[in-house]
Amino acid sequence: MKVQHDIVIVGGGLAGLRAAIASAERSRKLEIAIISKTYPIRCHSVCAEGGTAAVLREGDSFDLHAWDTIKGSDFLADQDAVEFFVKEIPSEILRLDNWGCPWSRTKDGRIAQRAFGGQSFNRTVFAADRTGFHEVHTLYERTLMYPNIIRYDEYFLTNLIIEDNEIRGVTAIELKSGDLILFEAKAVILATGGAGRLYGFTTYSHQVTGDGMAIAYRAGIPLKDMEFFQFHPTGLVPSGILMTEACRGEGGYLRNKYGERFMEKYAPEMMELAPRDVVSRAMWREIVEGRGIESEHGAYIALDLTHLGEERIDERLPLIRDAAKKFAGIDPVEEPIPVRPVAHYTMGGIHTNINTETQVRGLYAAGEVACVSIHGANRLGSNSTAECLVFGRVAGERAADYALKKEFRHVKSESFKKEEKKIFDDFLKKSGDENPYEIKKELTKVMDDNFWIFRNGEDMKEGVKKIRELKERYKNVEIVDKSRRFNTDLINTMEIGFMLDVAEVVAIGALMRKESRGSHYRLDYPERDDKNWLKHTLVYYNENGPIVKYIPVKITKWMPVERKY
Amino acid sequence: MEVEIKVRRFNGEKSYWQKYRVPVLSGMTVLDALLYIKENIDATLSFRYSCRMGVCGSCAVKINNKPRLACETQILQLKDVQIEPINNFRVIKDLITDFDDFFAKHRIVKPYLIRKNDSYEKPVEMIQTPKQLKKYYRYSLCIKCGACNSVCPVSSTRDDYLGPAIMTTVYRFMTDNRDEGKDERFKIVSSERGVWRCHFASECSEVCPKNVEPAKAVQKLRIKSIIYEIKKFFK
Repeated sequence: MKVQHDIVIVGGGLAGLRAAIASAERSRKLEIAIISKTYPIRCHSVCAEGGTAAVLREGDSFDLHAWDTIKGSDFLADQDAVEFFVKEIPSEILRLDNWGCPWSRTKDGRIAQRAFGGQSFNRTVFAADRTGFHEVHTLYERTLMYPNIIRYDEYFLTNLIIEDNEIRGVTAIELKSGDLILFEAKAVILATGGAGRLYGFTTYSHQVTGDGMAIAYRAGIPLKDMEFFQFHPTGLVPSGILMTEACRGEGGYLRNKYGERFMEKYAPEMMELAPRDVVSRAMWREIVEGRGIESEHGAYIALDLTHLGEERIDERLPLIRDAAKKFAGIDPVEEPIPVRPVAHYTMGGIHTNINTETQVRGLYAAGEVACVSIHGANRLGSNSTAECLVFGRVAGERAADYALKKEFRHVKSESFKKEEKKIFDDFLKKSGDENPYEIKKELTKVMDDNFWIFRNGEDMKEGVKKIRELKERYKNVEIVDKSRRFNTDLINTMEIGFMLDVAEVVAIGALMRKESRGSHYRLDYPERDDKNWLKHTLVYYNENGPIVKYIPVKITKWMPVERKY
Repeated sequence: MEVEIKVRRFNGEKSYWQKYRVPVLSGMTVLDALLYIKENIDATLSFRYSCRMGVCGSCAVKINNKPRLACETQILQLKDVQIEPINNFRVIKDLITDFDDFFAKHRIVKPYLIRKNDSYEKPVEMIQTPKQLKKYYRYSLCIKCGACNSVCPVSSTRDDYLGPAIMTTVYRFMTDNRDEGKDERFKIVSSERGVWRCHFASECSEVCPKNVEPAKAVQKLRIKSIIYEIKKFFK
């Protein structure tokens, strides 16, 4: 089957929804399709908790937010992009307000802001500790206003169609029928999110498997800075569920087994509110050196909110209290929450410029799937939802302008038939002796063991080897469910294929980068090396293994200095 | 320790029970058990899941006859484990049900702020005191998991009924001081498929995993509708 829309947006999370609204506002004549593998409100953006950073009040400034972001990035962010980004967020906050977002308020009814890690002003706008949830629902419900936004819920992207370096459309499986659908489009926006399920101990929803990254990469588009994976300091033990940074923003402490607030050794000024890479490394060191608290689920650190009082916790952190009770059997009003650093955010992604354009004409990428780059080597808390709003909008506008000037070009039916045969005849029907879920389990273990917070050359070399072995074994997987309708076994197996490719890129980038910067910390190269490594990694797909290149970082006015907190 | 899990299956033609034995550890949820089955015992078993922390609304299933989120339900707190798709939704495959009609109804009720002087280009900060926020905030927490609709006696007999979840959304927007779209929505909910159909069985509130209290929202919406109708009569 074939359908045709001016713009096809893949991904129904924050960036995709924001892009759809931006395109629809640009022109009511454009037909805009949103393809998403879950219903949009089931996307991973709903798990964002703490807030969205924006300069709104006197005393704060764009320069200050930009500086915090750039220092937080360990100077790997592109400064022109950051300067643009910080200026665009405030109006996004107000739009969400006008569209119904239940922002938390000050006594006099204005939008409230809270403290966050690495932000030197209380600039994080929030909706209790369910910020992403409310942002997604507000945007989703807003899209229902526009008759020219058409949704394809529960469609799974399988490929991009590119001819003469120009986008022609995408193919996706309609889960309900099991049919492959060809979407012809003038412009395509990828907003498929990150790749956090590469790790076993992770805050991510199950479906975040790097599909868009892998598909773009296989189509020849480079992935940028993928070695920079964020470890959030506070994942609930043992599930990994996110305990928001707002716990510390509202005044929570981190303590080791002696009850010490150990952050005074690592970041005497900002303490628990230092950036995430700094806090996670400090916690990991405490654990490695035996000062964690032992439990049946391994050593952990105590996140202590008991001094905040029940009233404040219920007002500002209700989800945290509920989740800690339900998933760890602990009431944070009474006792500290057991936490450990946890894989949380993919700083890298599809290489785009400041306008969200990729190297393929008509193809855009926005949100976590993309790397503009504003986060560099370490993202600050509450800058990710902000990025989705700002660059989602940019992508929607750019794609609309492009589509308005463009004519449809039909996709050759052979390329669609080839894709159909590849999936249903070659892949679904084939027999093999490997269980894809076993491969996934081993992959996440390699990532947890060899590409975690403390890295070193030997372990990473071993890790690359192991990932390549898994890729070989994957060629021999068998999908047990041979049916067509709602075949989640097929979808999961394809996802695992995507994960293997993305994991290899993370691993190669990390092994090659012989320095420590932001989230990428090497015991064998513990210092930042601006002379040799102040540059972005680009990894290109090649049948014989990835090709690695580097491009310079854009510096406008802030020269790299030593990073202290 | 091992637990026997009974799952209601459907392959598009026939519906049947299947039993699985799953090793259980403390802290294991029903979703963990389903994933264990899929990855180790039977890859054809199909169900929805996503966030595993109770915010995405994907995994509502009937566990021992009560609709619950699989990700929030601890296995060891159950005696026997019997899992089925939720009621009042057409089953597509195993535990996966069709939500298209549910989301289509959501669209009908205009679930967004309606404002006369809304400017896309130049948005302005609006005032909403914590007290005004509190009036509707609870009702904005609905995750659209379908648990309430699945126990609603009216939803089970009438396909056109909007159902508790969607009417809660209506009430949420009707109580937001920033909204100016009440007339438009009253027309929709004061109809045959809206508030007048509700029997106040209140089971919807009992099963809501987020304590949103849809029954209360529908009741309050009904009172608002009566006042609206009276006012309209005298206009």
